[in-house]
Amino acid sequence: MTLAKRSITIVLGVLGVDAHVVGNKIMAHALEKEGFKVVNIGIFSTQEDFIKAAIETAADAILVGSLCGHGELECQGFREKCLEAGIGDIHLVVGGNLVVGKQDWAEVEKRFLKMGFNRAYPPGTSPKKVIEDLKNDLQERLQGR
Amino acid sequence: MSLALLIDFGSTFTKILAVDLDREEILAYGQSPTTVETDITIGLRRALDLLPKPIAQKPCACKLASSSAAGGLRMVTIGLVPDLSAEAAHRAALGAGAKVIKIYSFRLSQRELKELERLAPDILLLAGGTDGGNKEVILENARLLAQSRINCPILIAGNKAAADEVNDILSASGKTTLITENVLPEVNTLNVDPARNMIRQIFMERIIEAKGLKKAEAFVEGIVMPTPTAVLKAAQLLAQGTHSEKGLGDLIIIDIGGATTDVHSIGLGTPSQPGVIYKGLPEPLAKRTVEGDLGIRYNAHSILDICGAEKILANAQLPHPQLGQEVTKLSQKVETIPESAADLDLDLALASCAAQVAMARHAGRIEALWGPQGQYYVQYGKDLTAFEHLIGTGGIFIHHPQADHILKKTLFSAEDPFSLRPKNPLIYTDAQYCLFAVGLLADRYPETALRIAKKYLRKWN
Repeated sequence: MTLAKRSITIVLGVLGVDAHVVGNKIMAHALEKEGFKVVNIGIFSTQEDFIKAAIETAADAILVGSLCGHGELECQGFREKCLEAGIGDIHLVVGGNLVVGKQDWAEVEKRFLKMGFNRAYPPGTSPKKVIEDLKNDLQERLQGR
Repeated sequence: MSLALLIDFGSTFTKILAVDLDREEILAYGQSPTTVETDITIGLRRALDLLPKPIAQKPCACKLASSSAAGGLRMVTIGLVPDLSAEAAHRAALGAGAKVIKIYSFRLSQRELKELERLAPDILLLAGGTDGGNKEVILENARLLAQSRINCPILIAGNKAAADEVNDILSASGKTTLITENVLPEVNTLNVDPARNMIRQIFMERIIEAKGLKKAEAFVEGIVMPTPTAVLKAAQLLAQGTHSEKGLGDLIIIDIGGATTDVHSIGLGTPSQPGVIYKGLPEPLAKRTVEGDLGIRYNAHSILDICGAEKILANAQLPHPQLGQEVTKLSQKVETIPESAADLDLDLALASCAAQVAMARHAGRIEALWGPQGQYYVQYGKDLTAFEHLIGTGGIFIHHPQADHILKKTLFSAEDPFSLRPKNPLIYTDAQYCLFAVGLLADRYPETALRIAKKYLRKWN
């Protein structure tokens, strides 16, 4: 089966005590335009909020936005919680202002991938790039199954 | 004169209200202990005999009844995620006037199935998955239920993509099933009305007979809804009005009974302060919560356990040196109508405590969060602070000379500013016990019912 033949459900939200809603709305709009089913849980969402929504909607991926700079702290244990909740192999993506200060992105990315995220994006990434990767990654998973 | 008799087969008392529909007047009230164990019509006849002869003998334009007798409408709900579809199903059942005796989530275990068989609910509400979302769990639960000894009607209100298959699985094993819209079509959308309506229909068509109340229908046109639904309908009519008769606007009704305390709120309850962000499952416009542990007769002891003697005494005006014994007596003699000053005072104190706890559980809350950009306020549940009307109903509000005290104790308090209880509402009591009757009349005579409610609610401020 190809991706186009089945609707893909994405849980989208902003993690933690973080009120940055603009990027969240843009991302939701971009995903919907590409035919994804978007479950947008909005700002101030906890890891549990993402996971609960993903279970109820049988989501294919979780897209975590984090703009406040506390991403590294907030994202810890996300994959482990998914495992615990029975959706351990869900596709996990994170992006935004994940860390503060001038840090080498390659290093930052490594840390998030090590945490169990399948993809991590630096500030300024275009939604187009994220969606392209998402399509490829999910297609790959589908074929792998 | 166009006479209507409205009857409530309550858990303790059968009550009758005679109403003149043309003049919009309450003519008479009668009550007698409910006799569900022997023959429901015995208590009904006794209550009828208390009405003045000329009324009891007149032909009626309308005879409708509600019932919370024989344990009320006992329901079990099943969903997937506790905060999402399981909570949505729970709210649908509460809004349909049910007593929700158990909520299950995720895949049912064998232990839970055994418990469910033992609980033997009147109706089972089976939800799980948003539309197009998770199918596996509701299908698996249907297979488990199909093999169980459950024989009550099962209302399917989950993922629509799985509903037909769920129905096939259950029907194939001889279960009675009905399908309705998903209570949680999307994560952020609550859709409880179709399930509520279906539950009411099942109640009328099957439950009344199953509970041995059918005999009463020889006298009334029908037992058309559970009593809590009648009160919720009255609340909705009173708040929203009709095309030609204006309603009051956002309101809250506290219904204090012998076994439970119900709170109904009609209104959106979205944040009233700027900068507050709403989180969680959306609230239904007409929301009912039931406190099964707060009642001033059967559950008088439970009020004492929850609130403690100190708090009960703080709400009393007289000393009650034998408080424990007094409370025990009340919980054993549930038909007690208070006569002495001490009895009246204890009833007031217990009711005040029950109302306070019930309101705090019903009202939304604010949580303050600190983030890198400063402090944020997040709201869970309904903001009732700006609701303008607060109404009390139940036996104590008929008899008690200081009934307004009970309601005043439930208001917003600076001691707990994050509990979003009403700040400065107008206070009313249902001194004629007419709200259930208003709810019963609401479908057929909405304007008349609304004007009767406005006319007979006693205003205290």
